Amino acid sequence: MRTPLFGWTGKVLHIDLCSGETAVQHPARRLYETCLGGRGLAGHFLRPVCTLEIDDPDLPLLLFAGPLTGTIAPTSGRGTFMSRSPLTGAICDSSVGGRLATQLKRAGWDGLVITGRADSPIGIEIMDGEVRLIPTDLAGATTDVVFDHLALKGPTGMAMAAIGPAAENGSPLACVMADRHHAAGRGGLGLVWAAKNLKYIAVKGTGKVRVHDKAGLLRAREDILRLMAASPVLLGRHGFSCRGTGAIYDLMDARRMMPTDNFARTRFADAPRLNAPAFQAAYDPHGHGCTGCHIRCKKIAADGRAMPEFETMSHFTALIGNTDMELVMQANTLCNRLGLDTISAGATLACHREITGEDFTERTLIKALYDMAHGGHLGRGSLDFAESCGRAELSMSVKGMELAAYDPRGAYGMALGYALSTRGGCHLRAYPVSHEILRKPVATDRFSFGGKARIIKLAEDANAAVDSLGVCKFAFLAAGLEEYGRAFAAATGLEADGRSLMAAGERVYYNEKIMNAENGFEACDDDLPPRFFAEEGSSGGDVTVRPIDRAAFLEARAAYYRIRGLDEIGRPTHETSTRLGLEPPR
Amino acid sequence: MKALCEKYARKLATQGLCAPGTALVGGLDAELEWNRFDPRIDSLAPLFDLLPINSLVFAPPAEPYATIIEHLAAPAPGAAAHGATAHGNPMNSLRPEDTETRTFLHDIPICREFTPRAMAATLSRRKAVIVPGQGIVSCGTVSPEQGFVFFSSTVFACFVLFFSRYLAEARQGGPDARFRAAFEAVVAGLPAMRRDLPPLARTIPTSHDEALAAMAEAGRAVVGHGLVDSFFGNISCRLGETILISQTGSSLDELEGCIDACPMDGSSTAGLTASSELTAHEDVYRQSDARCILHGHPRFSVILSMDCDRADCADRGQCHVRCPQCRTVEGVPIVPGEVGTGPTGLCNTLPPALAGHGAAIVHGHGLFTASTIGFADAFATLLDTENRCREAYFRRLDELLSGRTPA
Repeated sequence: MRTPLFGWTGKVLHIDLCSGETAVQHPARRLYETCLGGRGLAGHFLRPVCTLEIDDPDLPLLLFAGPLTGTIAPTSGRGTFMSRSPLTGAICDSSVGGRLATQLKRAGWDGLVITGRADSPIGIEIMDGEVRLIPTDLAGATTDVVFDHLALKGPTGMAMAAIGPAAENGSPLACVMADRHHAAGRGGLGLVWAAKNLKYIAVKGTGKVRVHDKAGLLRAREDILRLMAASPVLLGRHGFSCRGTGAIYDLMDARRMMPTDNFARTRFADAPRLNAPAFQAAYDPHGHGCTGCHIRCKKIAADGRAMPEFETMSHFTALIGNTDMELVMQANTLCNRLGLDTISAGATLACHREITGEDFTERTLIKALYDMAHGGHLGRGSLDFAESCGRAELSMSVKGMELAAYDPRGAYGMALGYALSTRGGCHLRAYPVSHEILRKPVATDRFSFGGKARIIKLAEDANAAVDSLGVCKFAFLAAGLEEYGRAFAAATGLEADGRSLMAAGERVYYNEKIMNAENGFEACDDDLPPRFFAEEGSSGGDVTVRPIDRAAFLEARAAYYRIRGLDEIGRPTHETSTRLGLEPPR
Repeated sequence: MKALCEKYARKLATQGLCAPGTALVGGLDAELEWNRFDPRIDSLAPLFDLLPINSLVFAPPAEPYATIIEHLAAPAPGAAAHGATAHGNPMNSLRPEDTETRTFLHDIPICREFTPRAMAATLSRRKAVIVPGQGIVSCGTVSPEQGFVFFSSTVFACFVLFFSRYLAEARQGGPDARFRAAFEAVVAGLPAMRRDLPPLARTIPTSHDEALAAMAEAGRAVVGHGLVDSFFGNISCRLGETILISQTGSSLDELEGCIDACPMDGSSTAGLTASSELTAHEDVYRQSDARCILHGHPRFSVILSMDCDRADCADRGQCHVRCPQCRTVEGVPIVPGEVGTGPTGLCNTLPPALAGHGAAIVHGHGLFTASTIGFADAFATLLDTENRCREAYFRRLDELLSGRTPA
C-alpha cells in the first residue's frame, strides 16, 4: 500500500495519442523529493528520450505542476511545459500560468506525459480522473476561436490550453496559449503539439491538494506576503501589480539598454511616449492574474484584448522602429491568436528589417505576422532567415532563440545569462535583471563581470527550483527560497530549507546541461552575437554603453564552467553528474 | 570581489558595528577571497562548500552590542519566558518584534558551535546567525553587501529587543540581577546623545542637481548621527511636480547615483526602483505643504513606539498592524503599518499623521519627519525626537523601577 503524499498527488498520467491509451504512474517518493515537480520532474521524463526528433512520436510533450501548485502558497499557479525545442534543438521548457497547472493538480495529476501522434487533430479533455481524447474540427482555428468553443461546452473554471495556426503550419516560433491570455511562449513548443496532432488540452479538477501542515503553510504565506508588500517592483505604485510588466519599459530607457533597431542601438527616442502609463491611459486596462496570485501582473484592456507584456512592448516598438501604440496592441493580439511567440516574432521582424532595409508599415507588419504563421519564411525564425541571406551574424539569438528585451551591453550578468541558458536566448534562467537593474536582493555593478559567474550559477539553480515548485519567478523579487522552503516543507511534510531546494535546483539544471550535451551543444553555442563585442550602444547622460570586452566575457564564461562543474568546453562531466546523483552523459 | 569584501569590512567598523580590523568578509566567484587573513577562516571557508552562497560576513560585534547579544543569547535560568523550547532546551532563536526583523529576518537563530556544519545547518534556514562567544555570521548570494545588511539588521534588532525587554520586565516587577548587570554595562557604553546639527540645506532646493546634492548630504548626516543603519531609511524631496527619492535598498550614506525622479502625475514608471515607501511619501506631499521627508530608524523612537502598558489589549501581538489607539510619544504620533503597500501597509496610516504633525513614528519601524523649509529642519526634528525618546525611555524606566506610575 502506498503512503499518501502531501503536496503532490502521487500520480502522473501517461497518454499515448497513437493508441489512445492512458496509464497512471505512481512515481516513487524519492523521485518527487529529488526532482520536486514542474520543470524538474518534466526534465526527468525527458532525459531518456531527449535526442529524439521533434516529429518522432516517442518524443514526449510534458506538462507538470509543482508541489506548491494548488496550495495557498503565494503565486503558486504555475506549471511547466517541456520537450525538445523545434527552434533550437536544445531542451525547452516554458512556464505556464493561468489556471492550467492548478486545475491539473485539483484533477489529481502531478503531470502529463503525452507521446504518440493522433491520426487526426484531437483535444485532450480531463475531468478529475476521467480522460478523453476528442477528435476536433478546430484544426487551423486561431486560439481565441478554440477558447470560445471550449468555454461554451466546458464547466465554469475549466482550464484550457491550445495552439494556433502558427504551430499547425510548421513554425518553430509557435507558442502555446493558456486560458486565452497566458502564453507559454518560448522555444516553439507549440510545434511539438502540432507534431502530435494535439490542438488543445482542457482540464477541470474538483479535488484539493493535501497539505501536511496547514498552519505552517499559512505562516510561510504570511511571511511571503509581507515581503511582497515591501517590494516596490511587485506591489509599489509603479510596480507590476499596478502597471503590469510594462513597468520595466521606462527603466530600460533610463538605463539605456532598450534593444533598438535589431540591437544596433540601445536607446529609442520615442520610448517615453510609449511607456506603460501611456498604454494604460490609452486602453484603460484592469488587472488579471494566474490562480493563486495576488500580484495580478497581467493586464486586460477595456476592449478585452490582453495588454502586451514588457518584452512585447519593447520588441514591437524600439526593436522594429515602430511608434504606433495601436499597432503594438494589434500585433500582440494577432500573435496570441495565431500562437506565435511575441519575443521571437518581433526579433525576427527586426532582423528582416535590418537586412532588407525595409521599414514596416501597419499593413506590412500585420501581413508579415500572418505570413509567419502560415508557412512564410520568417516563421522559421531570425537565424534561419539571416542564414538564408548570408548574414547569420544579424540574428540576435543564442542557440537560435531570439534575445529578450534587455541589451546585454547594459548588464553583463545578462550577457552571461543569455549565453549560458540551457534553452537559448532567455532572460529568465538567471534573471540578472533582478540585481543589475531592479536592485534585488541588492544592487550589483551592471557593467562588471566581477562575481557574476557564480551569481549566475546560483540564480540558475534557484530559478530551476522555483520552476519545479510551481511558483512564479516574480515572487523572488521579494521573497526567497528561505521563505518558500518553509512553504514547501509545510505542504509536503519533508525536511527542507533553502539549501536543499538549491541542491534540487542544481540537479535540475545540470540534467538540462546533460541533455543539451547529448544533442551536441558545447561552448561554441554558449555565445552572443558578434555585434555585442564590436559595437557600442547608445551612450548618453551619465551612462556609457561600451561593447562587451570579449576577453572578459570568455574569462567569466570559463569561470562559470568551473563553478558549474563542466569541462573546459562547457560539457557535463562524469564526476559532477555522479556527485549530483544523475546518470552521466552518454 | 576582494574590493567589495574590503569595502563592507570597513563599513562594519565605520558604523561601529564591530571594532576596526575584526571583520572577516569573504567572497567567492571562481576563487575564494577574504578581506584579510584570520585563523577563523578555517571554520568559515567550508561554509562556501556547504551553502549556496557567494559571500559571507563574520565579526564579533562591538560594545555595547556584544554585551546585548551575549545576554540575549545566553540560556538563562527561567528562560522559558524568552524562547526556550518546549522541551526545555536552550533557546535556539530570538524573535525581536521590530518591523525589519518581522519582515526580512523573521527570527534570529542562535548556533552554539563555531563549526562549519552547525553554522551551515542554521544558515540554510536564515540569513544571519548569532554564535555566542564568537559573533555574528551572515551571508549573501549576490554580494557581500547582503551579509553587511543582515549583520546590521541583527545588531539593530537585538538592541531594540534588549531595551524593549528590559522596559517590559521593569513593568512586570523588575529584571533579575543578571539582566540588571548587563543593562548597566550596556547603558554605560552607549554613545552620548548628539545635539550638534550638521550643516544641511536650510532652504528647499530649486534645481535637480541642488536637490540631489542636498539629499546626499542629508543621507550622510542621518547615518553619521546614528539615526539609521546605512542600508535602511529613505529620503525624498519634492521639486515641482516631481518627487526625488532614494532608491530601494540604497545606502543613505552613498546616495550619489541612487536617487529616482518620479513624476507625481504618474506619467513614468522610472520610479520602479524607488524606495518601497514612495507611495507614502507621495501621499504626504499631496496632503501637506511638505517639501522634504527624512526617514530613519532611530533606536529609542522605535523602542518606545512598541512600549505599551495595555497588557490585556485584544490586539496584543498584532499592534504593528491593528493598534486602534491614538498613541503618541513626546507628542509625536505613533501609527501602525507594515513596510510598503498592502492593506496593512504604512502607506495607509503614515501620510495623514506625518502631514498633520511633521513627524510620525511607525510602530516598531522608524521615525519619519517632514519639513516645508528644508532638510536642516527635517533633520533637527529627527534628532530632537530621538533624543527626547531616549530621555523619555530612561525617565519611564526610573518611574517603573521606583514604583511610580509612568507619566
